[in-house]
Amino acid sequence: MSILINKDTRVIVQGITGSQGLFHTQQMQAYGTRVVGGVTPGKGGTSVLGLPVFNTVQDAVRETGANCSIIYVPPAFAADAILEAADAGIPLVVTITEGIPVLDMVKVKQYLADKETRLIGPNCPGILTAEESKVGIMPGYIHRKGHVGVVSRSGTLTYEAVDQLSKLNIGQTTAVGIGGDPVIGTNFVDILKLFNQDPETYAVVMIGEIGGTSEEEAAAWAERYMDKPLIAFIGGRTAPPGKRMGHAGAIISGGKGTADEKISNLKSHGIAVAETPADIGETMAHRLKERGLLQDCLITAD
Amino acid sequence: MKIHEYQGKQLLKDYRVAVPRGSVAFTPEEAGEAAAAIGSSAYVVKAQIHAGGRGKAGGVKVVHSPEQVSEAATELLGKVLVTHQTGREGKEVRRLLIEEGSAIDKEYYLGIVLDRKISRVTMIASSEGGMEIEEVAANTPEKIVRETIDPLIGLAPFQARRLAFAIGIPGDKVNQAVKLMLGLYQVFVEKDCTIAEINPLVLTKEGKIVALDAKLNFDDNGLFRHKDILELRDPNEEDQKEIEASKYGLNYIALDGNIGCMVNGAGLAMATMDIIKAYHGEPANFLDVGGGASKEKVEAAFRLILSDPHVEGILVNIFGGIMKCDVIAEGIVAATKSIGLNVPLVVRLEGTNVALGKEILKRSGLAISPAGNMADAAGKIVSLVDQTAGGVAQ
Repeated sequence: MSILINKDTRVIVQGITGSQGLFHTQQMQAYGTRVVGGVTPGKGGTSVLGLPVFNTVQDAVRETGANCSIIYVPPAFAADAILEAADAGIPLVVTITEGIPVLDMVKVKQYLADKETRLIGPNCPGILTAEESKVGIMPGYIHRKGHVGVVSRSGTLTYEAVDQLSKLNIGQTTAVGIGGDPVIGTNFVDILKLFNQDPETYAVVMIGEIGGTSEEEAAAWAERYMDKPLIAFIGGRTAPPGKRMGHAGAIISGGKGTADEKISNLKSHGIAVAETPADIGETMAHRLKERGLLQDCLITAD
Repeated sequence: MKIHEYQGKQLLKDYRVAVPRGSVAFTPEEAGEAAAAIGSSAYVVKAQIHAGGRGKAGGVKVVHSPEQVSEAATELLGKVLVTHQTGREGKEVRRLLIEEGSAIDKEYYLGIVLDRKISRVTMIASSEGGMEIEEVAANTPEKIVRETIDPLIGLAPFQARRLAFAIGIPGDKVNQAVKLMLGLYQVFVEKDCTIAEINPLVLTKEGKIVALDAKLNFDDNGLFRHKDILELRDPNEEDQKEIEASKYGLNYIALDGNIGCMVNGAGLAMATMDIIKAYHGEPANFLDVGGGASKEKVEAAFRLILSDPHVEGILVNIFGGIMKCDVIAEGIVAATKSIGLNVPLVVRLEGTNVALGKEILKRSGLAISPAGNMADAAGKIVSLVDQTAGGVAQ
């Protein structure tokens, strides 16, 4: 088991003929992802990488039975691409695109409110279920199959966390990058709920950063409802207020959203927080040991 | 992106928001002429910098004749204002807004922001105008009222009325306030604002509801569809290095320390600053090289880092996912050679083709210290910089 995606997930790529879309489609295929087609308006009827290309998402869904879409469309057109995927009834839409205007996302989020579609991102590295399927841009080889879930607002910091776990022989179920923008489709709480319900996931790493209050909301939820160990890291302790640190969402404003504030809040909810970004793996190993779960989480040589 | 108050007021005026009569001046002469053209018994001379707290820092003068306006302008232009938002170094005043004075009866607060918790735009109003809204929120939260806006409907007039009544705008002035609120919301959504704030919004003794100040910030991601807003950019107000960085697709923010950083990914870049600090070092900058790191890009990044005279060492931290470590290593070697780097350089490489990347660094014969992980990297650069600094002291 895993969350969101597995080896049977049927994926279409919106923006498949762009340079990003093409490159990452190859990478996803190489990882074993079941990519079933792509969409580029005007190029319907052609094929790339052995995959059929369609003019509309509706056509793609009808012809391929896709149940997941990944979006590499440029920022000016990305919001429309998400709406199109939702309208076609795709249950899971992953948006990699960085730089979508925030007010576009406010409208998208409202549109999705009464739809069945779950949106991951935008401005995220996507989802990877270890040794099964990758719907995103993560380096696949660092992930190893196991029992720890990873959820993060940042891309490369997700890799850092996964890599540290793998090097300690702690495998993962699914790693989810939820995105670094102020308005995202799926937040920490949503993903924690899924991990909590997944029998294969024994513990979860949450990687947060400065800005907003989503880590605090996740902590309050986890204290009440989560029965699995949760550890965290919060990036941006040294970030100055009022400066946007790369991610549009990573900004300390009005004295709110600082890392120290988040860390003490998380600790008050009983969550172990890694002191430095180099201690994420060790913090998890320590917590698993305390709970008597470490042996069950280690990858066995077979 | 930020703009000046006078630019914000011009924009508001285009959306039927009432603002005082006024115009911008770059010299004392222009200031006097502007005042003469306005023709009023009182004038306000306001320093135009991209920071709040100007009044307290002496950046706003009230005078009574065009001659006095010129004098005030002479005093303010070229002056460096230090406010709670400028940092220690302050900001030099290069532009002034000359306005007619308003006889104020009552001050209010009006603002629009994104409420991240619910992913909706929210209008906030308060009877406590002219103060920092954060202070009002902390001390008297009951004096702040808000309306959440449906993005598909927009701000509804009934919501604006509800806000106006709630903050105590007199009944016969509510329609004026509603018109102003609807205009402000329209600017916000049509121009992709992240903040639209009027503090204070005033009721004048003549019974007019007027925006006495205007703060508009814009979503950088939305600027591609607003050429008119881009033209309002004032390079004097922006960090020259940040502008230079953006030309190369680098995301750079200057900090106060002595260890320069080059990292891929914003989250990892922040985390790298954090770990330097954990090892008792001080990061000199945030720098995200983004998805690709060609030789040209690495070189531009190094030059940018080194243009800060405080930098005594550089830490490179790359987790190459899709980006290959050998390509980055070649970029680092080439850039180090062409710049003639003379400060300690620690490189932590991880990810695709990492063995190949490390080999390239080793074979280069350059004094590059490799690091196995983030902790190792931070420990190494901090101790190398300390040694160098110690050597100079001796």
